[in-house]
Amino acid sequence: MRIWLPLQRLVSARYFFEFSSRILPWLGWVTLLILLTGLGWGLFYAPTDYQQGESYRIIFIHVPSAWMSMFAYMVMAGCSAIFLIWRIRIMDLFATSTAPIGASFTLIALATGSLWGRPMWGTYWVWDARLTSELILLFLYFGVMALRAAIDEPRRQGRAVALLTLLGVVNIPVIHFSVEWWNTLHQPASITKAAAPSIHLSMLIPLLLMALGFTLLYLYMALQRTQGAIIEQEIDSTWLQERLSNNTIETEGGTGK
Amino acid sequence: MTTLNGILIRQLRRELLLAYRRRGDALTPLLFFIIVITLFPLGISPEKVLLQQFGAGALWIAALLASMLSLQRLFTTDHGNGVLEQLLVTPCPLSFLLATKLMAHWLSSGLPLVFLSPLLAEPFGLEWSTYPALVAGLLLGTPVLLIIGAISAALTVGLRGGGLLLTLLTLPLYVPVLIFGTGAVMAVSRGMSAAPHLSLLGAMCLVSLTFGPWLTALALKISLD
Repeated sequence: MRIWLPLQRLVSARYFFEFSSRILPWLGWVTLLILLTGLGWGLFYAPTDYQQGESYRIIFIHVPSAWMSMFAYMVMAGCSAIFLIWRIRIMDLFATSTAPIGASFTLIALATGSLWGRPMWGTYWVWDARLTSELILLFLYFGVMALRAAIDEPRRQGRAVALLTLLGVVNIPVIHFSVEWWNTLHQPASITKAAAPSIHLSMLIPLLLMALGFTLLYLYMALQRTQGAIIEQEIDSTWLQERLSNNTIETEGGTGK
Repeated sequence: MTTLNGILIRQLRRELLLAYRRRGDALTPLLFFIIVITLFPLGISPEKVLLQQFGAGALWIAALLASMLSLQRLFTTDHGNGVLEQLLVTPCPLSFLLATKLMAHWLSSGLPLVFLSPLLAEPFGLEWSTYPALVAGLLLGTPVLLIIGAISAALTVGLRGGGLLLTLLTLPLYVPVLIFGTGAVMAVSRGMSAAPHLSLLGAMCLVSLTFGPWLTALALKISLD
């Protein structure tokens, strides 16, 4: 029981708010540090690729955002499942906050991918299996966001969106493999990934740093947005009003000195 | 005394009777199917070689859109006149009732489309040998389309702009069915077996038949809560 107590507390909106207010500043600085290190390393110190020249460096943005686009959907699906089963409201708020962030990562992955594709493949867009399933993932995000926007009653909203998210997550592997198969049927091996040599350590380390940085960035933004959602929903509750007025007093006191 | 079977049979009869009385509603998606198919040669090319290449895809895309269009009448009238609430309070499991509803819907809109498809394949110059793959694919694929759509329709029931939202939710989920359905026809026309595609479609059909009515019921309960 003692182990579960902190967890139980954390899922109540109030403690979640307190907890995230405490870690958000730290998280923000650590994220910034890691992202700057990874970006600097990747853009300036990592060696030039012998085949792709300098333009390969876009992978330091592209690959982490592609990873995050899927990771965010998985987090969203996990939160939705927990919300549907245990009715923990904070999970719904976290999933809500995740959707636009995940969609942005997907968009970034698509955009950087096509920018990279221009010098490499000679075209901005190919109907390649990965690109297509990433595009469909973007549509799934849009669907989730549109359904949430269309429903007004909060009780219905959260559960309906959670069910749709889970329906999507069941379909993601099916879509992925069907698209992969479709692609191999239609245009056999027009793009082989240049017989990809396994990535060298000097490129791998900044890439992993960027991946870590993106994950933290996602967490930072999602927590921030969840806090916003809590404020929006609980604005009438006493604890929040006390909390917010305390905050203003503190900052006023701070500027007064 | 009414048994579960009795209720379900009565429910099925009601749905079929309603479909028969509102023949126009069931006919519209079929006409839509035919018109969309007509647009493909006009928009792309009437050349025989090209037609043969994209014919199967055109048929499947039209079937996809037609079955999506027919979804809108799945719950709207029943929602409007309060039948859905009645179904919800019936002591019979909602998923069973919805299964009969979906079956009636498929019989009135999915099955005619399957029968119509060989007729429409002919103007595209698809070879006769591909017809079994086309028909079998549609036979297995249209229930999947219906069930995926029914879950989304249940989620969007009674929402403003629900129809347009429905298309946004369902179309991405339709992708695998489209790929395997077209793939089956293309495989035969290239002298390969359609069996792998059809088995996958069959698997999707079985999975959605198993879980579909239950998920639709869940979605409906959320929406009407």
